[in-house]
Amino acid sequence: MALLELRSVSKHFGAIHALTDVDLDLEPGHVLGLMGDNGAGKSTLVRVIAGNFPPSHGQVLIDGEAVHFTKPIDARRKGIEVVYQDLALCNNLTAAANVFLGREIKKGFGIFRWLDHAEMVRRAGELFTELKSETRPRDLVRQMSGGQRQAVAISRTRLSLPRIVLMDEPTAAISVRQVAEVLDLIRRLRDSGLAIVLISHRMPDVFAVCDRITVMRRGHKVADKPISTTSPEEVTGLITGAIHAA
Amino acid sequence: MPAAPKSTDPDDEVSIAPILGVQEKTALQRIVATQSFWVTVALVVVCIVMTILQPQSFPTPENFYNITRNFSFIGIVALGMSAVIAVGEIDLSVGSIMGLVAVACGLTLEAGYPAAAAVAVGLLVGAVVGLVNGLLVAYAGLSSFVATLGMLSIARSLAVVLSGNRMIYQFGPSGAAFKRLGGGALTIFGDLQLSNPLLFAIGLTVLLGIIYRISAWGQHVLAIGGNQQAASLTGVPVKRIKVQVFVMSGLSAAFASVLTLGWTGSAINALGSGYELLAISAAVIGGAKLLGGEASAYGALLGAALIFVIRNALLMAGVDSNWQGTFVGVFLILAVYLGKFRGAIRD
Repeated sequence: MALLELRSVSKHFGAIHALTDVDLDLEPGHVLGLMGDNGAGKSTLVRVIAGNFPPSHGQVLIDGEAVHFTKPIDARRKGIEVVYQDLALCNNLTAAANVFLGREIKKGFGIFRWLDHAEMVRRAGELFTELKSETRPRDLVRQMSGGQRQAVAISRTRLSLPRIVLMDEPTAAISVRQVAEVLDLIRRLRDSGLAIVLISHRMPDVFAVCDRITVMRRGHKVADKPISTTSPEEVTGLITGAIHAA
Repeated sequence: MPAAPKSTDPDDEVSIAPILGVQEKTALQRIVATQSFWVTVALVVVCIVMTILQPQSFPTPENFYNITRNFSFIGIVALGMSAVIAVGEIDLSVGSIMGLVAVACGLTLEAGYPAAAAVAVGLLVGAVVGLVNGLLVAYAGLSSFVATLGMLSIARSLAVVLSGNRMIYQFGPSGAAFKRLGGGALTIFGDLQLSNPLLFAIGLTVLLGIIYRISAWGQHVLAIGGNQQAASLTGVPVKRIKVQVFVMSGLSAAFASVLTLGWTGSAINALGSGYELLAISAAVIGGAKLLGGEASAYGALLGAALIFVIRNALLMAGVDSNWQGTFVGVFLILAVYLGKFRGAIRD
């Protein structure tokens, strides 16, 4: 059974139709590549799944049950984690503080509980090491490179035991070596039974790790097929509209 | 990417030890990088210079008592302001809240209620006005500048109306108890006294400093000031915390007003006018950034202290008191400028 299902989901912002009748199935242990040009509706789709706003029409189902997310925390409780395109980091806080933002580790007794900075730094260090990232937990995010910021954002999703990870352009703006590392990480997440949605403009990345590709154009889903039955050329055609649908 | 690993083997294990071991700055370097440190230095320098120039009048127990009491009122208001500024908002209504609270307390005492009731009424008025500010900003989506500017006018006007535009000084049977709160002092030895307002200001500064450092709430306040959208996406209750900081600001203004009233012994509706600018100046001189994301309780109190020590120094130097505003303004601009400079070095 599909872990996540979207049934004819539409989203309108006033007169703007960001999504129209999108169906989607997501299986555990699979990576779905979500592709499309700017403004095709990829980010809107992710934000609907992540609970940033509810769909205007249609249903989101998890394990076959309809869910109604109105805020990100609702989705997180159902095991959905997101790495946002703008990374959603606070520049004025340390890497460790960003990783644990909203889920701080505390110690103490009874009602007296305070932040356990040392433990958060230690855990964050472990997570960064797992990603093989040269990110120091105590550094302020504003001092960091794009790759390090990515590591912070991805580390965040590892705090819980998520079932679905949505990644919005995780390999944009990072070094070649780190792209390989992020792709490795995606494979490891997949092997552990997670369902992953990878939004990317980078065709080689999508073909390297995805099992299936969904192509969006102007808010419509125009293709949804296994990676083995398509090619970068066909996907490019679908994205630009040169190929109408597949 | 930092230049650290030049290894060509992608499977090179990055060990955790060097990452955790790295403290890019020593504790001393980090302290020196804070604005509070430099304000402390400025404060000490001014005090030393004044002690040398005016050995008869500056370093006396009376002068110490007066200055420390005077800056404590503004310091307490600045503590609440520091939290509002940390989330990237501003509260222009604190001076008017002080006037309204003073009148409310005065009327309660005049009617013969006990001192505790007057304090409770005062704090309640401050909290309610702060709550309205917070709701307007967080839920109605108004800019805090406009919402609290409106409140500045409303609260002052209510103070005038409620007081019937008269001074309230007949505090009834519990007046003495009420006045002790703000007018009392702790004698250390000999003539050296610490006023109650100073003790409260120090206590609240320590408390807020600890809250900023060890509570998730403190982290969330900073996160909202740093990147409100990010905070919201990660599940930080942005709106609720914004309301809370405005209530805190209202409460701190109310408490400062209760203490001021206890000290002066008469409630006038003009109490606290112009104090919003002093409180904002104190917070900013102490290192708060108006764009949000930085907060220092210690800095807020220190900023207030610096402003009042300079005022005191100018008076003793025989400078016309009308020049005080100029000096406070210059210090404010200087503090912001140095803050920019400091930020450039740090990054």
